[in-house]
Parts: sequence; C-alpha cells; structure tokens
Amino acid sequence: MAEPLLEVKDLKVHFATEDGVVKAVDGITFSIARGETMGVVGESGSGKSVSFLTIMGLIRSKGAMVSGEVLFKGQDLLKLPSDELRHIRGSKISMIFQDPMTSMHPFYKVGSQIGEAIRAHQDISKKEAFSQAIEMLRRVGIPRPEERAKQYPHEFSGGMRQRAMIAMALSLNPDLLIADEPTTALDVTVQAQILDLIDRLKEEFDAAVVMITHDLGVVAEHCDDIMVMYAGKAVEYGEARDIYYNSHHPYTWGLLQSITRIDQDLGDRLRPIRGLPPSLIFVPKGCSFHPRCPYVMDVCKQETPPLLPSAGHHATACHLSLAEKERIFDQEVASHR
Amino acid sequence: MSVQVSERTEPPAKPARTGEPLVRIRGLKKYFPITRGIIFQKKIGNVHAVDGIDLDIYPGETVGLVGETGCGKSTTARLILRLMDITEGEIVFDGRDISHLKASKMRPLRREMQMIFQDPYASLNPRHTIGSIIGAPFRLHGTVPKKKIKDEVRQLMELVGLNPEHYNRYPHEFSGGQRQRIGVARALGLRPKLIVCDEPVSALDVSIQAQILNLLEDLQEEFKLTYLFIAHDLSVVRHVSDRVAVMYLGRIVEVAEGSTLYETPKHPYTGALLSAVPIPDPELASKKRRIILEGDVPSPINPPSGCRFHPRCPRAQFPTCKENDPQLEEFHDGQMAACHFPLEDRALIEATG
Repeated sequence: MAEPLLEVKDLKVHFATEDGVVKAVDGITFSIARGETMGVVGESGSGKSVSFLTIMGLIRSKGAMVSGEVLFKGQDLLKLPSDELRHIRGSKISMIFQDPMTSMHPFYKVGSQIGEAIRAHQDISKKEAFSQAIEMLRRVGIPRPEERAKQYPHEFSGGMRQRAMIAMALSLNPDLLIADEPTTALDVTVQAQILDLIDRLKEEFDAAVVMITHDLGVVAEHCDDIMVMYAGKAVEYGEARDIYYNSHHPYTWGLLQSITRIDQDLGDRLRPIRGLPPSLIFVPKGCSFHPRCPYVMDVCKQETPPLLPSAGHHATACHLSLAEKERIFDQEVASHR
Repeated sequence: MSVQVSERTEPPAKPARTGEPLVRIRGLKKYFPITRGIIFQKKIGNVHAVDGIDLDIYPGETVGLVGETGCGKSTTARLILRLMDITEGEIVFDGRDISHLKASKMRPLRREMQMIFQDPYASLNPRHTIGSIIGAPFRLHGTVPKKKIKDEVRQLMELVGLNPEHYNRYPHEFSGGQRQRIGVARALGLRPKLIVCDEPVSALDVSIQAQILNLLEDLQEEFKLTYLFIAHDLSVVRHVSDRVAVMYLGRIVEVAEGSTLYETPKHPYTGALLSAVPIPDPELASKKRRIILEGDVPSPINPPSGCRFHPRCPRAQFPTCKENDPQLEEFHDGQMAACHFPLEDRALIEATG
C-alpha cells in the first residue's frame, strides 16, 4: 500500500449534554491513500458524518471532547491552531454535502461563490477567480459555463447544483475530497452521472475520496475499501469485495439484506434489521449491536468485541467464530440477496 | 389484531386484475398558468404538469408510478385524491365520476382514499400528540363514537408496530421510521380502499425502509388495500408493485407488470432509468452497461414536439420522432409503451449478468 494520505487513529468524539455523554464517535481507526475511494456506511446516528466533520475541524460545540490522532500528510490536524487548519480546509481537504440547495448561498451568483472559495486561499483578483470558476464548471460537465456562472443557485437543477458544489470543492485541487451522501437527494439517472464524475475527477486530480452513505447499494462499484459503522464504532472494515462477497458482521448482513434489488425477482420478502439504532447516551453493554442481532450469544451482552483482522486488512468486531461467520454468510445471507 | 412484521418469509398471493377498476383515469391533464404583472395579470404560458394520462388501478393491486423529479407523478397523486382541481379529463373512483365534484361532495368520499407522505418530519403537527394525530380522521368523519376513539387509536398503533403507551407523546420523540408508522396509522384509521403513498420510504435509512415496506405489504393483505405507490427509487418500486407506470414530462410512457417492465423494457427511457440503478454487487455493477442520458429533463412549459423524449433519446430517428407524438400501444401481456422505435426483447438481465 502506498504512503497514507490520511491516517486516523482511535478517534473519539464525545459530547457532554444535560442527559449524559453522547458517544457519537467511539474510537475509529483507518487510513486512506491517494487514488483510493473509501466508503463509510451506516445508519443515521452511527457517527459517520460527525467523524468527518471532526477531521475537517468543523465541530465547534463547546461540549465536544475530541481525542485520538488525525494525521494528514503526517501532520496532526487535531493539534493545529484554527488559522492553520483553515488554510488546509478547503484547499487540501474539501467536502461536499448531501443537500446542494442549502449548501449554496441563494443571493450570490454561482460563479462568484466558487470564485470566493478560490480567493480565500489564493491572492488573485475577482475577475481571475471568476474565470477560474468558469473553467471548473466546464470540467465538471456543466454546459455553457460562461452563462451558467452568472446564474443564481435557484436557476440550477438538483444535479447541476451538485456539480457546481463539486466544482467548488475541487477548485483548489484538494488532496482529499469528503462526499457526505452526495447523491441521496438526486434522481437515479443523475446519481449515476455524479458518481461517475467523482470517479473521473479523482483520477484527474490524483486525489483520495471518502464517500459517506447509508446505502451499501450505491457505492458497490465506486469504493476500494469500506468501513461499516454502528453506534460510533467501526464494526467491519475491508475491501469492497470482502464486504459484498464475504462479510463477517451481522449488521453488515442486515444492511445487505435490507436493500431492494433491481436485478432480483419479485416476491422475496425483505429481511430488515429488527429494532432501532440505540441511543448514543445509553449504548448497550457489550457489543452495541446485540439487542438487534439475530445471532446474539451470552458473551455479546457482557464483552465488547474488538475489531480483529481475519485476512488481509479485512477486520470484524464480532464474537462469532470465523467458521460460523462464513457458514452463516454462505447459507443464510448470500442466498437471500 | 397484531401483525408480525418480520416473521413470515413467503410473499402473499397477489390478486388477479379482474372486474371494474377502483380508479379509472382518462385523458387527465393539469396545467398551471404562468402569469406576469401584478394588478393586470396576463397569462403568458402554462406548465404542463400532467398532460393527458390514462391509468387504471384495480382493487387489491399496487401500482407503482416512477419518474424523475418534475415529471408530474406527485401532481397526478394529488389529482386522483382531488386535492387540486383538474384541467381536463376524467377520474372515476369506485364507479363514481369525481372529476368535478364540489369539495362538500368530496368530503364523505375522502374516507375511502388516504395518503402517506414522503417527509415524516414535515407531515406531522409538532404540537399535537400522536394520539390526537392518529385520532383526527375519526373526529373529522365521526365514524367512531368519541369515547371509543382512544381505544381505536391504541389498536391502530399496535397494528403498525408502535407502542400504544406512547399515545401522549409528541412527534419529535420518535425516529424517522416510527414517524412514518404514525403516518401509516393515520391513513389506515378510516379503513380506506385506496392509499396513495408518495415516496413513503425515500427519507428513511435502508434498514428502516425494509421494515416499512414489509409493514405496508402486511397491511395490504390484511385489509385488502389498493396502493398507488410513487417513488423515484426503481428497485423499491419493483419490490412492492404488481404493475409499474413510468412517467416522463407529464405523460405515461410505459406501463407493464413489474417483472415484464424490468426484464424487457420497451421504451428507451425506461431502459435508461433501469440501467442507472445501482446494483449492490461490485462485479455485476462493473459489467453493467449504462445508458447515460444527456442533459436535463426539458421544461414542461414548452415540452418538445413529437415524442417528448426525443432530444435525449439514444434511439431517436428524425424526422419521425420529432414530428409524430407516439401513443401508448400494447405489446404483449398488457405491456404498453409509447415509442416509435421500441427496444427489442433484449433482457436487462443479460446486460447485468
């Protein structure tokens, strides 16, 4: 594996609230190299967005307690003063959000907003920034970029707005792009285009991409590595192949079985994960998934399973033995998806 | 009266389409005027939101309605429930022409048709308790004596998998999936014949989506419900629907039984939509041929001449497609498509492995 671009070690983000400590992120470790795409998958409230907002230095809440290490090109972002972090954020690491409507300012022209992002990091005139913005709009496949740059966000369709967001995020040639549910608000046809665009630009800019999503179906063909998160922890980590063809965690199995598939025959009843995600204040003792797990054992209610590697860098946090995991996956999961 | 949500594994038998349709739509149109000027308003055009659609919905079946944003699917749903006045056309509900009924005449019919909305955060009044939200239809229609409303509501809550003890809680105390269950309970109270589900699971996590879809399926079987299921997610629609109608720019371009539509689409737009759906399997997904549609959906103010899909269609031939407006034609087994040059019977599966 190449030199990692971003290395996160035992990152924890806890929030002190009146009701107790919310353990939004409870010790995650991973690394990502240039040219790679990592998928981060989990339900609402599993801590996937909070982790990356923390890495970006965007968690400002006073009650937030952050620990661990976030090494970006060897530099610990958590220890940087905020003005140095601001220099990295936007130019070296940038982020695109789920809802392109609310992440642009409705009063300013799209070209000016992209230009403003460029001018925050480079000492150039407004005019130069605007022409760079036009160039970026062209690169993300927006037709007639000269006219489009002079329009306001409401004149763009959802897909075009998301392209404009990507143009803004990539305008400073960042090394790492974090995409938080980039296609959830879009139609399938547009979704396919945007994901292809991100893939293509990743190659072009020689960057790394983190794709945050709740839907394992969407990221199948776009990710190299996948981290599955549940209740603030990584429960499974591995190459995309490991996750789709040989996954070892009951929660991942549940996610795979919940997906309705277009290439599958009608009639098969969906097998959802029972129950609801836990409150992050009262995380269940032992394995946090045990109340919803169909294969729960006594040990699961007492001891938290560590994230143990099985083969390569495929790792799982589950008390079931490897043989059992493989048997259950082959017999019960693979046949039902 | 409780329904086990995740125990059974075999699918319920689907009823055959026989007899009179529950809903019959002919030539339905809805234009929204565009005006200019403040005092002397001048009409300068129309948004052709729904532009002449025919559709039958038979009792006990689920009809899926799919299409991209802005194709008119939600407008169609609101017209069927007569939440808007129609511009032209005919809607027959349960043998009765409701196309131009007055609001007062519509009201008693409303208990037969209900709706489940997309956003469970915006469709529940935050200042009302769950009990009063689910009980509202009973109070409005007076079908249940006041003293019994509470019992009835508790039964409904149990039926949709909510804890009846939460009767006095407020919507913000519930998660997205639970809120959607509240929406389902409210729609179900008056034992309607038709439930229009407008993107009922789009706002939910995948794992919770599956719970709600199974719940809808169980309730359909238990109460012999008819669903019009609107969604942009084609794989969800495939899972729940008996028949699927594909809309593009205010028109239905293809209707067919679910499996027929997904395996042998006739309209190039259907083919393109299907090819864009992600498959949760890296190897199959990388083998799949994808038809990329160029550009955005054209404006419904000035829809293209002839076939509305021709500017984006990979199979369009000129001048036929630009000049002649194709009508829905039957292919086989009730599969109808409006296209001059329909796709051959190449299976979509072949392309996907």
